Amino acid sequence: MSGGLYSMQSKDFDKTLDLSKVKPYGDTMNDGKVQLSFTLPVPTGAEAIEAAKQLLKQMGFENPQVVFYKELTPGFTFFNCYGSTTHTVDYSTIYVPKVESDVMDMHETDQYIKDHIGRPLVIIGASTGTDAHTVGIDAIMNMKGYAGHYGLERYEMVDAYNLGSQVPNEEFIARAIELKADALLVSQTVTQKDVHIKNLVELVELLEAEGLRKKVILACGGPRISHELAQELGYDAGFGMNTYADDVASYIAQEYVRRNKL
Amino acid sequence: MHSKLGLDFTRVEYARKISKGIADEVQQFVGNYTTIAVERTLCRLMGIDGTDINQIPLPNVITDDLKSKGVLSHGALFYISNAMVNTSLNPQEIAERVALGTLDITKLPVASESERMKAIKSVIDASITKIKSNRERREGYIKTLGEGPKPYLYVIVATGNIYEDVIQAEAAARQGADVIAVIRTTGQSLLDYVPYGATTEGFGGTFATQENFRIMRSALDKVGEEIGRYIRLCNYCSGLCMPEIAVMGAFEGLDVMLNDALYGILFRDINMQRTLVDQYFSRVINGFAGVIINTGEDNYLTTADAYEEAHTVLASDLINEQLALLAGLPEEQMGLGHAFEMNPELENGFLYELAQAQMTREIFPKAPLKYMPPTKFMTGNIFRGHIQDALFNMIGIWTNQGIQLLGMPTEAIHTPFMSDRYLSIENAKYIFGNMKNIGEEIEYKDGGIIKTRAKEVLEGAISLLERIEKEGLFSALEKGIFADVKRPRNGGKGLEGVVEKGTNYINPFIDLMKGGDK
Repeated sequence: MSGGLYSMQSKDFDKTLDLSKVKPYGDTMNDGKVQLSFTLPVPTGAEAIEAAKQLLKQMGFENPQVVFYKELTPGFTFFNCYGSTTHTVDYSTIYVPKVESDVMDMHETDQYIKDHIGRPLVIIGASTGTDAHTVGIDAIMNMKGYAGHYGLERYEMVDAYNLGSQVPNEEFIARAIELKADALLVSQTVTQKDVHIKNLVELVELLEAEGLRKKVILACGGPRISHELAQELGYDAGFGMNTYADDVASYIAQEYVRRNKL
Repeated sequence: MHSKLGLDFTRVEYARKISKGIADEVQQFVGNYTTIAVERTLCRLMGIDGTDINQIPLPNVITDDLKSKGVLSHGALFYISNAMVNTSLNPQEIAERVALGTLDITKLPVASESERMKAIKSVIDASITKIKSNRERREGYIKTLGEGPKPYLYVIVATGNIYEDVIQAEAAARQGADVIAVIRTTGQSLLDYVPYGATTEGFGGTFATQENFRIMRSALDKVGEEIGRYIRLCNYCSGLCMPEIAVMGAFEGLDVMLNDALYGILFRDINMQRTLVDQYFSRVINGFAGVIINTGEDNYLTTADAYEEAHTVLASDLINEQLALLAGLPEEQMGLGHAFEMNPELENGFLYELAQAQMTREIFPKAPLKYMPPTKFMTGNIFRGHIQDALFNMIGIWTNQGIQLLGMPTEAIHTPFMSDRYLSIENAKYIFGNMKNIGEEIEYKDGGIIKTRAKEVLEGAISLLERIEKEGLFSALEKGIFADVKRPRNGGKGLEGVVEKGTNYINPFIDLMKGGDK
């Protein structure tokens, strides 16, 4: 099944990088190599392997290889596969909307708020709806922060209120009004069956109904959130994987200044 | 006992003594109160089940009725037993009439205590027998089929659909899992009722219902017979229906239950008075049913730092041990929690984790310790994640943990695929076999990193316990002593369901279940 220790496959394709036709890279430019694993609901055997290979071909892979398979339970077979994709992407014309602000560290952001706003910004955050996970909002807000990035509670010029998890949208808005929040942060970790989308949209609708939407900076975050998705849902910004309190705080400070023309 | 860590056991005994004082003070409060969830549990122990035409569970119908009339403090059993004397109906028939509004159980003439106790005796006996027979069923299976060696391999299923869960659970059992936990749908811990019947829609998990328990239990018994190994079933006896889930689990033969008030207080913002009262009765039931409880200390380390706050885990384990003993739950059923959650970038992190796991093992020698895998520092890099889980598994076998909650390489991404579970079980079995006796072979260096760390964590736990003893547990929780989370004594969810016990209050199950008739 496997190709042996060294690949003896001929490499008679164009090996120059063309950003308008980018392919995956294994060990040679344009070899198109992809690794993937999946389970098919069929019993193990030669037919199962053939089914996996045919699936790979339909996905646009040349030279599909099943390098490992195992029946997980009768009627379900797991595969590890490799193949060379025939598809390419035009990297040169890609445009991805991003949060447009300079990322500053905690001290720089504190100084920026002092210089341009002159009072602490009130930021409230919560994991809303039925989502019980606090890991995301804690990483951004808790004093300690995450991975060496201090959380908003440690910022001198931020009054941070972490409302915790499973906060209903109505209660979140009530607290925002009570605390005169400048910015609202919503964390969503559970994304099964797109429950987060429904919840995020509901918050925007409730804020609009209260006439508050334009008065606050509204951001969401979570492992499955992108800035693009956030904007589609009516948020000002979205923070996904590998973003920290620095990213959030510097965005909010700069956005506040921009909106209020300070 | 010989301590491989050179632990000073007079210090451990001192820590236990302080913890007992803390637990006793909590119990003084708990003994005087009941909750709407405890009363619903008693309704279920009276055989009341099913729903009214609006899908409201009948135990809720009864207790809501008593609460709205301001008489919940006398307890459900007083009114049900009295209604039985007055009407000659059984508890289920009484509940159905209350639901229809054709019977007001608070307006009947009060029968004597002996008449009332006589009326409910056979129902009480039936429930006790039912729970006892489930316990015997488990013990029989373990005798005839046998069970996997410790650490038990614990995996979760979480499809939202109980029938799909069954397929996943059977696959996991065949691959080597010993414990199947059916994760609950997100938010169920905050429901003040238990849904009825089989369910096929949930988010991030599946509703805990008695019917779902039954479906999974029967599937696991079947697959256990097929593979010749008893498969334990775990669910979540936490949140606002703590004792109610305990009794449903006891009726359906569950084996393991998450059961920790502190967890609910800190991470679900459940009112501390409510959940500590609920916890007591739920642990009495779990103790009697032979159910292993799992406590949630590992969660502290998902918010607080795992290196700096390790002593809070030990302190909480010690308090949880004493609270469980007060409920008659034996050490052999205490799956006290701890976790492998240090930042992988921490130099010598493995040695600190090893020290802590060994320390926990030595301090609780009889407990089937629940050891949690890395979660906080799991990322989309599933390849590194698989190695993090491997290091965690090494410590599990090395220090002889009781229940190993298998980490999944895709922890940070989704609820496990069938293949994720396979890879994790393979990982654990490989390491558990390959390193089987390492714990007996390797000694730790005097004055080295491992012994020093264990001592440091124990001393940290003792000073924290001394602080909590001075404050009392309630006030310590208000000050954010665990997990950096502060919770007010009169805040959080469920406080409205707490009442002081009235003069007619009875709950004969506490004595019967704690009485040791096992």
